[in-house]
Amino acid sequence: MGIDTSVIWAIIIYFAVFMYVLLDGFDLGIGMLFPFAKDKRDRDTMMNTVAPVWDGNETWLVLGGEGLLAAFPVAYSIILSGLYLPLIFMLVGLVFRGVAFEFRFKAKEAGRHFWDKAFIGGSVTAAFFQGVSLGAFLDGVKVSGRSYAGGVLDWIAPFPLLAGFGVMIAYTLLGSTWLIMKTEGALHKRMVKVARPFALMLLGAIVVVSIWTPLRDPAVADRWFTFPNILFLAPVPVLVLLFIAILLRSLGRDPHRWPFVAALALVFLGYTGMAISIWPHIVPPAITIWEAASPPASQGFALVGTLFILPVILMYTVWSYWVFRGKVKADAGYH
Amino acid sequence: MFGLSALVLARIQFAFTMSFHILFPAVTIGLASYLAVLELSWLRTKRQVFVDLYHFWLKIFAVMFGMGVVSGIVMAYQIGTNWSYMSEFAGSIMGPVLAYEVLTAFFLEAGFLGVMLFGWNRVGPALHLVATCMVAAGTLISATWILAANSWMQTPRGYAIEGGRMVPTDWLAIVFNPSFPYRLLHMVVAAYLTTALIVGAVGAWQLLHKRDNPAVRKMLSMAMWMVLIVAPIQAVIGDFHGLNTAKHQPAKLAAMEGHWENTPGEAVPLKLFGIPDMEEEKTHFSVEVPHLGSVILTHSWAGQFPGLKEFRKEDRPNSLIVFWSFRTMVGLGLLMIGLGLWSLFMRRGGRLFTSRVFLRAALIMGPAGLVAILAGWITTEVGRQPWVVYGVLRTSDAVSKHGAPALALTLGLFVAAYLVVFGAGTAYVLRMMRKGPQKFELHRALDGGPGEVRTPMRPLSAADVANHDDAGDDAKGG
Repeated sequence: MGIDTSVIWAIIIYFAVFMYVLLDGFDLGIGMLFPFAKDKRDRDTMMNTVAPVWDGNETWLVLGGEGLLAAFPVAYSIILSGLYLPLIFMLVGLVFRGVAFEFRFKAKEAGRHFWDKAFIGGSVTAAFFQGVSLGAFLDGVKVSGRSYAGGVLDWIAPFPLLAGFGVMIAYTLLGSTWLIMKTEGALHKRMVKVARPFALMLLGAIVVVSIWTPLRDPAVADRWFTFPNILFLAPVPVLVLLFIAILLRSLGRDPHRWPFVAALALVFLGYTGMAISIWPHIVPPAITIWEAASPPASQGFALVGTLFILPVILMYTVWSYWVFRGKVKADAGYH
Repeated sequence: MFGLSALVLARIQFAFTMSFHILFPAVTIGLASYLAVLELSWLRTKRQVFVDLYHFWLKIFAVMFGMGVVSGIVMAYQIGTNWSYMSEFAGSIMGPVLAYEVLTAFFLEAGFLGVMLFGWNRVGPALHLVATCMVAAGTLISATWILAANSWMQTPRGYAIEGGRMVPTDWLAIVFNPSFPYRLLHMVVAAYLTTALIVGAVGAWQLLHKRDNPAVRKMLSMAMWMVLIVAPIQAVIGDFHGLNTAKHQPAKLAAMEGHWENTPGEAVPLKLFGIPDMEEEKTHFSVEVPHLGSVILTHSWAGQFPGLKEFRKEDRPNSLIVFWSFRTMVGLGLLMIGLGLWSLFMRRGGRLFTSRVFLRAALIMGPAGLVAILAGWITTEVGRQPWVVYGVLRTSDAVSKHGAPALALTLGLFVAAYLVVFGAGTAYVLRMMRKGPQKFELHRALDGGPGEVRTPMRPLSAADVANHDDAGDDAKGG
């Protein structure tokens, strides 16, 4: 067999998590932007921009998890027990946030306030602990044999905590630029104002991570700075600067779609940069994708369906975004 | 923490999060199919009651679905966080099955859910019906995969053990394992029955409170037909499922019956009441019907089945729990059959909608399906202990090594969060149910979605269309 199913599965999981980061990223960002919009109608509008699609956005997280279990059960077992507390905190955050979509419209005036806070708190918690999990994962997971060998509090370290804030910033930027595209009037103007500082903060976070990771880990430095890799990878930082420039420029002149496109590109570059740094490990620094792989009979069985079904899923996902295209108005949901 | 071991805490946590979770899919499986039937009926007959009922139950469906999604995401990750050894040992088999659930069911539901909830004015009637049917199909496909995975853990087939982990050898045998068809049918029918009881109870409540309208009558009537037909079918499926359990999980069955040992040549009685005692190895205060145990479980007058004493002490599930959870489920099932028959009798002379005694009974039976599902779930899950993969992997070996403090912390978090979130959710659902279906419910668009009209293909009132004229123009600017 000339096909390496482990590599294909690594790409599928990379893709699923990427879709999750992009899609749930902007709707988690909306939760964190709630404090910037005090007006009840603005908050309703913000919710309404994602109400029809948030469930699909979160499904990518589940696909990432179950895909990992199917194709790399060893990695699933180690990563999920290694990141135990941050992941549970994230899940509890997602519980509060997910129900807020429905509950705040069903609640009476006093209750609505509670669900607004639950939406904010849940989004902040979920985003922060996703970042912490990512940071702890990149920081290296302690492994002995085929199981996790570290403690439950190993994630309390500078790099994971910084990554927590980094992800919050990235999601907030995605959320604000999404809203720039989906809203108009005062809310739109406010989001334009909010997006700029977050764009600059994201640039700062990218710079810090780009300097920190190679300094900390010589393997990462080798990957990026040796010949000929440097030739292929040099465009990555150049593109980051280019899209930051596009983002800031477009914010200055009656923006609509461009800030969101640029923010997506930035997140894509950052995410891909990390994937390049850890390749071919799936539990850095100990376990490679081949060491964690499930038997060919498992990877193959799941792969057949995935390769057929994933394009169909993408089609109807695009269709459902298309159905709800265009600007969302404050009083749209009410009669 | 309170003297509880990490294993016990992990089990409590799983049981707690699972018990909450299972109720939401059960109701959404039933409601999604019900909504598809309502929408189809509306398209065919154009009768107002169907569209009113559709929009009323859609709101309740949306809340239940949201709660199902968030509690389900917890389940998806809990297998890895709390049962990491099992993930590694059995992940090569369970993983692909669960991945297929995500690919074929979750995405289907999620992809069409938005259009189903908020797309009434945005897509044409046929396309909207397709969306509803896709969501309904998604719930059923999801049930199929998750029950394949659960059934495989109960009756594992099609695997080999290589290098200290389970490896698939035959996917057909894995998915279509011996208990799968019975378990799937039993669960899906339970979902339909549970939903019918809830729908019926809401109708009964409205009528008891003098809110009589065609929609209310319609839903009570539809629900009672469903109970009448489905409750007896469920009893038959349950019987087959029992025989299957007798064949493949005899220790579970012995525990369900509080059956300790056979007397040579004698039939097994059925214990109606009793207190199984795991220490003394007997069932106290047992009230028995001679021969009935043999008749039900072996379909013969004097057949025998293994008693608990034939299994090693450490391989026996807790009989006290499953004996009573099983009886709770069966007892409620019998009451449901009774309610169905009663409703048939009450239809003569239209007493179905007027007899307060009957309406009260229908109201009281509203939550019976939910309770029966939990009781059935406890029976099957406690009954498979001490195994997580039956006969292959013990629960005590499957657990992650986090230590009691971490597990106590997360258990506390889940309990607090679930009580707040699902407590509030239940309150909202009950409030909506109390309000009942209103005439022209469709004009009260579902809250929480971009409800602007793009293609006003639905017969909206003139005022609505006028309101939304400008929305279409704005979209072009996007």
